[in-house]
This record gives sequence, C-alpha cells and structure tokens, in this order.
Amino acid sequence: MSDLSKLTISAARDALKKGEITSVELTEACLAEVDKADALGAFVHKTPEIAMEQAKAADARKDGGDLNGIPLGIKDLFCTKGVDSQAASGILKGFKPEYESTVTTQLFNDGAVMLGKLNMDEFAMGSSNETSVYGNAVNPWKPGDKELTPGGSSGGSASAVAADLCLGATGTDTGGSIRQPAAFTGITGIKPTYGRVSRWGVVAFASSLDQAGPMTKDVRDAAIMLKSMSGHDPKDSTSADLPVPDFEAALTGDIRGKTIGIPKEYRMDGMPAEISKLWDNGTAMLKDAGAKIVDISLPHTKYALPAYYVIAPAEASSNLARYDGVRFGHRAKMAAGDGITEMYEKTRAEGFGNEVKRRVMIGTYVLSAGFYDAYYNRARKVRTLIKKDFEDVFAQGVDAILTPATPSSAFELGAMKDADPVQMYLNDVFTVTTNLAGLPGVAIPAGLDDKGLPLGLQLIGRPWEEADLLNTAYALETAVQFVAKPSRWW
Amino acid sequence: MSIDTTTAARVAKLARIKVEEADLPELANEFSAILGFIEQLNEVDVEGVEPMTSVTPQRLKRREDVVTDGDQPEAVLKNAPDAREGFFAVPKVVE
Repeated sequence: MSDLSKLTISAARDALKKGEITSVELTEACLAEVDKADALGAFVHKTPEIAMEQAKAADARKDGGDLNGIPLGIKDLFCTKGVDSQAASGILKGFKPEYESTVTTQLFNDGAVMLGKLNMDEFAMGSSNETSVYGNAVNPWKPGDKELTPGGSSGGSASAVAADLCLGATGTDTGGSIRQPAAFTGITGIKPTYGRVSRWGVVAFASSLDQAGPMTKDVRDAAIMLKSMSGHDPKDSTSADLPVPDFEAALTGDIRGKTIGIPKEYRMDGMPAEISKLWDNGTAMLKDAGAKIVDISLPHTKYALPAYYVIAPAEASSNLARYDGVRFGHRAKMAAGDGITEMYEKTRAEGFGNEVKRRVMIGTYVLSAGFYDAYYNRARKVRTLIKKDFEDVFAQGVDAILTPATPSSAFELGAMKDADPVQMYLNDVFTVTTNLAGLPGVAIPAGLDDKGLPLGLQLIGRPWEEADLLNTAYALETAVQFVAKPSRWW
Repeated sequence: MSIDTTTAARVAKLARIKVEEADLPELANEFSAILGFIEQLNEVDVEGVEPMTSVTPQRLKRREDVVTDGDQPEAVLKNAPDAREGFFAVPKVVE
C-alpha cells in the first residue's frame, strides 16, 4: 500500500487489524515524510528510535486497541520522559523530564507510536506559531508564493496532520489553540470539557483554562484519540471522575430533533462575506440533516477576550514563576557581585521571549496590590456571566451552538509583526468563550475561501457531552464533504 | 489607562524580569494598549455577581494525607543547572 502516512487513524486501525499493513511499515512511511518536511518546521525533536521500538512492540501485540501501532506527533508542551520537552521556550532548553505526562502515558498504553515533538508558540502563548524558540511552523497550504501561518499555539500539530506527516497529533487549547490552527489547516480539532483530560505533565499556561485534545484528519479520528486521552487522573485534582463514553460509537450521523443555536453576537461588524456565507451554509446543512435551528443570544460575548486577557496572563504569571533558573532549564551567567535576585531577573530576561514576558508582566500588574479588584476580580465576575450566558441557552433546550471558527483564513507569516498585540489576540474571538465557560468545542473544515485556503466552523456543546457534540460534527462533516488537500511544495 | 515608564519598571521588577532602561517606553506603550483593551470590562454590570473560582461545579478531590511518592533525589536534581551534594545550588542568599 502506498501513501501510508495519508491514512486516517480509523483506516490504519482497520488495515492493521486485518494484517494488511504493519505498524513498522506505517511508522517508517511517516518517519520518511517527517524527514522530507523540515521546511514546515512542524517536528522540532524527532524520535525515530522510540517510534520504531513502539511500532515493533505494537506489531507483536495480539490484543491491541484502536490506537495500537498508530504514529502520532506530540506537542512540545507535553512532558515526555527522557525526550526534550521545552514548551518551545529558551528557558527550558535541554529539559528532559524524568516523568511522562498522563495523556502521553495513556496514548502509549493504548499502543500509540510517538514520531517526535511538535512546534508551538512559546508556552502556548500565540495565535500564529511565531513566538516559538525553534522558529516558525509553516502552513502546508500555500496557494501563492508567501508562507502562511498554520495558526497557534498548536501550529506544529496542525501543520503535521494537514501535511500527512503523522496520522494525528496532540494539541492543547487555552483560548483556541487547537481549534484556530485546525481551521487554518483544514483539519479537525476538539477542545474537550474542562476536566475531561488530565493536565498532569502538560506544561501549565493558565490552569483554569488549559485543556488538551486531539487534532486529526476527521471527526472519527478525533473520537478515537479523545477516548484514549480522557479520564480521571488522581494526579490532577481538577480532572473529572466521570466515565468516559465510547465517543466513536456515538457517531451515527443522526441529528434529527437536535436543536442548534446560532448566536447573533458572533455576527461581528466587518465579518468577511466568505465567513458569513460559510456559517449560513453550515446552518443550512444542519437543518437539512433534521436539526432545528434557533437564533440565540450570548450577550456577554464581546467581553470574553478582554476577560481572557486578564485571567490567562494572571494565571501565567503565577505558573511561570517556577522558571527561575534553580530547578530546571536555563540559568543566566552571573556577573561579579550578582545575588539571587539578579540571577532570577537575568535568567528570565534571557529565557523568555517577548510575548511571554509581556503576558507575565500584564499578569503581574493585574494581580498587584491596588489593581487586583479592578482587573482580576472584575474579570472573574465577567467570566461567571459568560458561563451563565451558555447555561441559559442550554436551559432553553439548545443542544449545540454553531459559529465560525476564526475571523479569517490563514494569514502570512510576519503579517502581524508591527501590529499591536491586541490585533493578534482577536484571532481567538470565536473560540475563547468556551475556555472561559469550560465547554467542549470542535472545529471542522467547512470550505475554501477565494484564495483556496481552508475555513472552519465551530460547534460548541454542553458540558461532558462530547459524544453528542462529535456526532453533530460528524453529521456536518458528512454534509460538507471537505476533501481538499494542500499541494505539496515542501 | 496609560502606563508610564516608572510603572513598567516596577512591574518588571515584581515579575523578576530584567528590562533595559531603553526598552521601558515601548513596554509601557504595549501595556497601555493591552490595558486599554481590557478596560472594556468596566462597561459590564457586575453588581452582585460572584467571581468564578471553578468552572465546573464539582468539589476538588481529596486524598489521604500520606506519602505517595518520593525518595528519588537523583531524578529530582537531574535537570538542575547547578546541583551539589544532593541539593540545588544557588548564589548566596543570606549575608
């Protein structure tokens, strides 16, 4: 069989089970693709020896599950034992964890193969993968002669899956970091309900918002990977002790009688006509599939991004206090007479990039004496109202909410270089609400714009009902029939 | 709100990030832009609203207060920039 790396997880699983292919063949095919794709900047630490060892073990296993022998890429934010895990930051250069994150432990227990670590924005802070210490990840979609962003922060994951370097990848999402890059690269990504997936061993950005999730070639693959990643973990006190449903079994495509809400506040002033049309088309498709469409209002939507840019930096300033040059990573060279304070200040100035420094300092400011109430507490109150907006529409019988995933298609790398930081933050305008409300959100490809670039739609579900949400996404995917692929230039 | 260079320097100090004097004006401008964006929150009526402490209603899990892990100083120190005799080493802290 040729083009093995192009397989979906479900197709590879079936072929592996029938003995038509081996994991060693599949893994070798992916490793060859990875080596040819350095121009994409997706894989930043390759682990071919680990991959081949895991592939051989998978082939020897008689009773492997759905992910047995499936080659995946792992975002650099996940700690992987003995393998560089530096959250794309200079401050963690050389850090090789002595432990394995819960998510990767569960994936490996289910037989998954790790091809390597994937590029991302530094500490997952960014929407274009341009804040990485490794350099940019590049979008495989390139209709013109300019290189485009794959989105961020999970830009390497999106690029690797869209370019068929791997069958699926892990991502993390604090304000849209799975869904925005998925939309920019024409793939599927789900951020589960807060607490569905353990955060243990995932480098923390904003602990009350961070969730890991799969980035895959279709909805079925997302269901398969999400099942393996989910579940209660005693090592994460916020992980939910709830049973994990068989998400794949829920994919019937039957959404008759479901109620889909269309929030009027997401129809922003100046929304490009293409995005508006994409959204209308998606709405019509869900209606054709038998869903009831209702107009809804989420009145505090406008305040989600400003609330996020208080809460996320506040939590980041606290989480990133651990990078002080004492226990791991970089320590600055000291001058004569320098004490411990100079060591901290120089280490953090050298180790952190500009966007990370900016957010840590904003977080420090909003938490500082005299401003805590005005900024941090006010943002947490607004967060309560944003969550209540969703609770109100769910109480009215809405099963899922359809929105665009991003306000535009992928933009050129470097295009935002001189813009003020707030312009970049606006990328997350449709995705950030679900992080604040703790809800599951899935982005799927829904069409191409006039430049030939993919555009995505987002579905937001009720808490803990990822199975139902994925089924609605599956029905939409079936109607959309998105089959476009980037032309190879790398 | 407009942030001046004195405030920017104070925040950098609190965050333990060294910022050169020459970079303070630009940093202050960036802070001002971000805080200006954040100040939209003042439009929201938050009277009587509880600040969110947990996005899911569940109580945090508790466990027995017993040792569950440990006795692996080598693994703990393995990634340290400077470790000696079983300890993290840092510049002199106490005069």
